Amino acid sequence: MIEGMTALYIFMLAAFTGYEVIARVPVILHTPLMSGSNFVHGIVVVGAMVALGNAETATEQVIGFIGVLLGAMNAVGGYVVTERMLEMFKSSKEN
Amino acid sequence: MQLVIDVTYFVAAALFILGLKRMSSPKTAVGGILWAGAGMLAAGFITFFVPGMENYGLMIIAIAIGSVVAWVSGKRVAMTDMPQMIALYNGMGGGAAAAIAAVELIKGEVHSAAAIWLAVIGAVIGTVSFSGSLVAFSKLQGWMRKSLHFAGQQLFNLSLFGVTLGLGIWIASGDPGTGVIISFFVLALIFGVLMTLPIGGADMPVVISLYNAFTGLAVGFEGYVLNNAAMIIAGTVVGAAGTLLTQLMAKAMNRPLSNVLFKKFGAAGGEAAEVGGSLKPIEADDAGIMMAFADKVIIVPGYGMAVAQAQHKIWELAKLLGERGVTVKFAIHPVAGRMPGHMNVLLAEAGVPYDLIYDLDEINPEFETADVALVIGANDVVNPAARNDPNSPIYGMPILDVDKAKNVIVIKRGTGKGFSGVENQLFFADNTRMLYGDGQEMAAKLIQAVKEL
Repeated sequence: MIEGMTALYIFMLAAFTGYEVIARVPVILHTPLMSGSNFVHGIVVVGAMVALGNAETATEQVIGFIGVLLGAMNAVGGYVVTERMLEMFKSSKEN
Repeated sequence: MQLVIDVTYFVAAALFILGLKRMSSPKTAVGGILWAGAGMLAAGFITFFVPGMENYGLMIIAIAIGSVVAWVSGKRVAMTDMPQMIALYNGMGGGAAAAIAAVELIKGEVHSAAAIWLAVIGAVIGTVSFSGSLVAFSKLQGWMRKSLHFAGQQLFNLSLFGVTLGLGIWIASGDPGTGVIISFFVLALIFGVLMTLPIGGADMPVVISLYNAFTGLAVGFEGYVLNNAAMIIAGTVVGAAGTLLTQLMAKAMNRPLSNVLFKKFGAAGGEAAEVGGSLKPIEADDAGIMMAFADKVIIVPGYGMAVAQAQHKIWELAKLLGERGVTVKFAIHPVAGRMPGHMNVLLAEAGVPYDLIYDLDEINPEFETADVALVIGANDVVNPAARNDPNSPIYGMPILDVDKAKNVIVIKRGTGKGFSGVENQLFFADNTRMLYGDGQEMAAKLIQAVKEL
């Protein structure tokens, strides 16, 4: 169980990490990087799976199902488009 | 088992951060997405073994449908449509975060007061990101052309937001029942739509980036509700990174975020200055000769080039000129294309190596030494009015100093104005020649002209 203060520390450190990781990114990679970070929050599918797994009533099941569906689309779609874009970036020295 | 699950989530979080780090340099970028992908697969797989869960059938069906739909659409989408696709997938993530909140709130078994508050806040952010992203998608996709404006709009939106927040506080501080929870989500959905409707197409990338950060935050908050460290870390990292990326984009467009969200483009400012001079056309043969005998040519592509699908031809032209000993460079404005960095993706698709592509700060001092600047499909980002006409709506926006080149050739379909509806002084300059026609066709003619020499 992650307690209150520990969670705060995690939030703070993760926020600084996110800021630092992106800070020096060149403009040429803005679009793929946005797509990449969009993929990373696709981890939400894991949470949606847990929510659906613990759903009891029909309402909860329906909402949980939608959650997993949307989360899976976020993760898979985010991955596919990011990979497609990054795949194309080549230096003239490689050719 | 719990230990294995915890360790897997930990490794996944580490892989996400390392992956994002690698994605911020072109050399390592492809590896970055693979690392992050591996982390995602591991985290998804291990979640099936979380103890005490049911509904595995539903879970697998939902994952299968979602994955197949997203995989097929992601593989098929054209590179020009990438920004709205990112918006769409991002909206899905926001919706998923909101769904988690909805299940947990309806169930009413959230473990602590802090968790309920975070569940409610995450629900608002996730829902707004969901419906807002869908509007952003529809606008960029061209399904929704007009921006909606009505009197008292901001006040109305503000009150709507207030009511939504009020319901949220009610939910967080008591046990109001399913009806209130549903109204809360419906209002948040409507707010997301109304907040995004007035924003114009040109500002949309900044908004998409903002919603990306929103979804990240929502995921982080719901991660706390579910006591899932991987979600907390991944969500918060994206929330922070997305916020920074949003600021970088807004800065590149010279549009403070508050203006993007609350001000209509071009609403301020007086009459733009009259543009003197005349438009001077040129034939493709002459333009080709001009470039073939130049020492240095700088190509300035805009979204119009991508719409005409001329990027492959332009790269062919650049290679031909290179073989003749001409130095060819590509100059990209930060907001060329639909989104910062979008044009780089489009050029990369055509095979242009990224080390021939220069951004605004690198290339601007070089225009003075360029014999020819070839502008194709770009308009506002090369308009000198941004530098010297304080009344112009685009005044203050950083531009490419194309007008300082010895000769400027502009490939343009017709005599119309740019995306912002502003007349372009560059086209009337003494050193500018207009090459009228379809981008792809004109590029082919230029290639022909150079080849025939």
